Order: sequence, then C-alpha cells, then structure tokens
Amino acid sequence: MEKKVTLAVKDLKKKIGKKEIIKGLTFELQEGEVFGFLGPNGAGKTTTIRMLVGLIKPTSGSIQICGLHIDEHFEEAMKNLGCIVENPELYPYLSGYNNLLHFTRMLDGVREKRIMEVAELVGLTDRIHDKVKTYSLGMRQRLGIAQALLGKPKILILDEPTNGLDPAGIREMRQFIRFLAEQEGLSVLVSSHLLSEIQLLCDRVAILLNGTIIRIDSVQQLLENREKMAWRMTPLEKGKHILRSLTKIEEIDDGTILTVFDEQKIAEWNKKLVDAGVSVCEMSRKMPVLEDLFLELTGGESRE
Amino acid sequence: MSKLIQNEMLKLIAKKRLVVIAIIIGVLVALFTYAQYRQVQTQQEKLGTKDWRTILQKQIVDTTNRLSSTGMSDEWRRELQIMVKQEQYYLDHNINPNAPGAPTFVRVFLENSIGLFIPLMVMVIASDLVSSEYSLGTVKLLLTRPVKRWKILLSKYITLILAVSLIIAIAGALSYGISGFVFGFKGWGAPILTGFNVTKAGLNTANVKLLSLWEFLLMDFGLVWFVAVVVGTLSFMLSVLIRSTAAGMGIMLAALISGAILNNMVSSWNSAKYLFMVNLQLTDYLAGNPPPIQGMTLSFSITVLLFWWAAALFVSFFVFTKKDVY
Repeated sequence: MEKKVTLAVKDLKKKIGKKEIIKGLTFELQEGEVFGFLGPNGAGKTTTIRMLVGLIKPTSGSIQICGLHIDEHFEEAMKNLGCIVENPELYPYLSGYNNLLHFTRMLDGVREKRIMEVAELVGLTDRIHDKVKTYSLGMRQRLGIAQALLGKPKILILDEPTNGLDPAGIREMRQFIRFLAEQEGLSVLVSSHLLSEIQLLCDRVAILLNGTIIRIDSVQQLLENREKMAWRMTPLEKGKHILRSLTKIEEIDDGTILTVFDEQKIAEWNKKLVDAGVSVCEMSRKMPVLEDLFLELTGGESRE
Repeated sequence: MSKLIQNEMLKLIAKKRLVVIAIIIGVLVALFTYAQYRQVQTQQEKLGTKDWRTILQKQIVDTTNRLSSTGMSDEWRRELQIMVKQEQYYLDHNINPNAPGAPTFVRVFLENSIGLFIPLMVMVIASDLVSSEYSLGTVKLLLTRPVKRWKILLSKYITLILAVSLIIAIAGALSYGISGFVFGFKGWGAPILTGFNVTKAGLNTANVKLLSLWEFLLMDFGLVWFVAVVVGTLSFMLSVLIRSTAAGMGIMLAALISGAILNNMVSSWNSAKYLFMVNLQLTDYLAGNPPPIQGMTLSFSITVLLFWWAAALFVSFFVFTKKDVY
C-alpha cells in the first residue's frame, strides 16, 4: 500500500543576489518515515530547511505540507509542522513551562493540559518549572522537541538534532525520533553531516551537495556493498594470499587488509584463514566515510 | 491576538525592564525634588521673604537690567523680552507661576523630561522588543508558528503602546507621590496661563487662556504620551531593521541627544524643523516658550511627528513581513 505523502517539495530554488544557492530540489516525505538530509557544511541543508518552515521565501518552486501550499495557506499548513532550526533557542529567562505556554498560546485549539503531556513525553516533568538558563544542553534539546510536538504535528523537522549532545544523549535522541516515527506515525526530516548518524536513524536519505540532491535512496540501498571489512592477521603474507584468492583486497599502511563486507561470506573466509593456520587478530566492519561516498557518487567532481 | 499580547507581556515582565525603569524614575524624581527644594530655599534666603510677588518683581527687574546691557545676541534678547512680558502678566493677574506643590512639580518634571528623559526610558523597552528575538534566535520559533508575521509584529507593537502608557503613568505617580511629601499634595486647582503665542512681532497674548492646573496637566500628559509613542515607534523600527540591540539603542540615543543640542542652535537653519528630534518639546508650546525655529507651532510639530510615526510603522511592518531569516 502506498504511504501518504506529508511533505512535497517541487523544484525548489533560492537565489541570493546573483548566486543560486539551492538549485532545484524535489523530494517527498511519507508518513512514518525518518528522512535524512545528508551533506557537508554549506551544502544547503539549513537554507532548505528554513524555506520549508517559512523563514526564507523560496525564489521559485513549491512546498506543500499535507497538500497545502505554504505561501498561500501559511497558517493552515504550519499547523501540521513542528520544527527546531539549528539550536533549540528558547527564552532563557522564562521557565520551561512558560516557554511551552508561550508557544501553546500561538497554536489555536491546543490546551494548557498538553504542556505537561509533552513535558512527560520528553522526560522533563521534574525540571519544567525551572528557568531554561539553568538547563543543560540535552535538556534544552528535549524542551525544543517538546515545543515542536505541542501542536501534534504530522511532520517534524529537526536540523542537526544531535549537535552538541554527549553519546548517551545522542542515543536517547535517536531512540526518541525512531519512536515518534514508528509509534506515532510522524514524518521526521533530519539533517546531518554525519553519515553514521543518518545510517542509524533514517529510512531514506537525500544526499545534498552544492545545492543539488545528488541521490535519494533508502539507507540500505545506499550503503549496500559500500561497507568494508577490516582484517588484521598474522602471518600477514599468508593471510593476504588466501584472501586474495577469495575476493578483491586492499591494503592499508598499518598492515590492515580491507575486503568488502558480505555477511554470507565472512564466516566462510574466516574459517579458511583459521584452517590454514593464520590467526585472525581483528575483524571489524568499517563504515564508508562521507567523503568517499561523495567522491564515488559525484565521480570525483570537486567541491566548491 | 490577545493571547499573543499576553505572550509579549509575559516576556516583558520576565525581563524586569519595567521594574528597572520604575527605579530609575524614582531615583531621579527624588533627586529633582531635592534640587527644587534647595532652589526654593536659597531663593527665599536671598530675598529674605517668602512672598512670591516680591521674588517675581525682583526677577523682572533683573531681567530688564540684563536687557539694557549691550553685546547680547538677538535671539537671547527676544527670549528675555518674552520672559519679562510673561512675568509681568502673571504679576498683573496675581498668579504665582511657580506655586509650589506636587502638581506644579509634576508639570515642571514633565516639561523637562519630554525631550530626553521619557524618550530614553521608552527606548529601553522598544529597542530590544524585536531585535532580542533575533539575538536569542527565538525568532525562528516565533515565525514558524501557524501565525502570520504581521500579527506577531502587531502584538509586539500593542505591547509597546501599553508599556509606554505604563511608563508615563509610573512617571506621573512617582513624581506626584515623592514630591508631594516635600511640597504638599495640594495645588490641583492653581490657575495657569496658556496660549502664549510667539510670533515675529514678539509675544502675542491674544489667545491666552486661564486653565486650572489639572486641566493643563492633562494636556501635558497627552503630549508626553504622544511624543513617547512616536519615539517608541522609531526605536521599534530600528529594532526590526537592526539585529543588534546595542546598535539600535546607540542610533536612537544619538538622535535624541542631537535633538537636545540642535534645539539650541538651529534657529537659522529652517529646514531642520522637519527633523523629528527638534519637534519633541511639545509642552513648550503650552507653556509659551519660544520654539527652536521661528514659525513652528504645536500643530506643525504634531504633524511632523505623525508623519515620522506613520513612516516608521510602515517600514517596520513592510520589512518584518518580507525579511528572510537566516
């Protein structure tokens, strides 16, 4: 069954002065999926997100939220959207509760009862009446999300949601985003410059470079055959010889051998190595680096 | 809309700006009260009498003596002549121009604060109303709500008007309350003259009317409020145009101070009368003080200020609704 499209962007362009910064983006978000925006700094992720949420007016192209054009039906369209653009900047001199109250008042038909609901959802109930300036970055991030969820939106847009969080916070945030998409059926758009993060978080990803989408694909598809396996063995020469007879290998300076990562074959290769008397000291799965991926996808075209 | 205004009020109160302003006004009023008290004392000591009529007579003689000296600029001479005529008028009609009492103090306080002090206080609030949202980054949350931009700006502007009204009420209440302890709270019905008209020919007393002080004060408050709203709107515009609160405040401060200085030196630069900052001394028209440039009248100044007000409001809304937020 075809899933419902919540956000549709068509041929979106933005010119600043004479320079075209966003050069025609087209993509769609579906219900219940986490969609990643991947690209290096300056690729146009933030500018695009700002156009989606109405902070910047596009030069041309259309943005539809739940079927409503945002330039014609701004108020109606924005009711379906919650967002954090860059850092969750809230009023430091107000308490968490008053911050949420402030944004509740800007949403028609949302009651004050909802404030404690979202506070509980993000786990801030205990500190909700403290001033925001006393919050840690992680708590601010959560309050930011609480704020975005106040109006029960269908789309959630998060710009670099794990920026500045510690590893525990990052994991917590990731689980929470997955929960929102899977259990609550939200469409979540997440931007990041870290491939590893997108891989763990997203269903589909659009790769942005210099204001164009160079590829939209499911994360699985994108990473398939791009993951590598690293081997460290003694004796090295013998091991290398065996592996070479099985697959293509690559040698890095420190004596590590890279092969493709192929779940079905790994165990078999390992067995052959061990049987031949080669001791395998390390086997690890290596993520492709974003730079390599870009290089591959753009065919080595240089970045501006 | 009322919910949006509630929001703005919540932020304004949380920032405690109004409290700071109330304290500043309180301290300054106390200072002025003491200064005024000392002035009355020394005057009485010097003249050895408490009779205001003797003091006024002495003043007239003093001023007339100064008028007869040579080497005086034309402007200064004309001002002194007007002063003598006014004083003579008060004397002839048995009116004490400086009748001590809290209401008189309030009048003098308003007349002296309309050009700089009250505008400064208003500026403190107005200049960061919008720019602080930019510097905090909260503007990104504010503008991504399902609320049109002009509604957000309008709620801020209405809040500004409310805050301006509150500041003037605070200034009135504090100046009356504090000075009342020293000079007494009575004197609301004291007669006061208004309608002096300074023309090329000199002082024109044809339209002079006798008013009770409370009526006069009501007009003073109205004019002070109007000036405060105009200055507030201009700071508001700067707050929309410039992200930095400090820069906006600096520009407004420079404009206000230049107004205070220009008032004393523009008498021969005629087109300066279209600048908003030389038109702020509206209460001077009521008191019959000569305007900085000949030919300026109360209605002229109000028209000029209205024009600046409308332009500032238009620019604010136009820019705010169109601007890309990065």
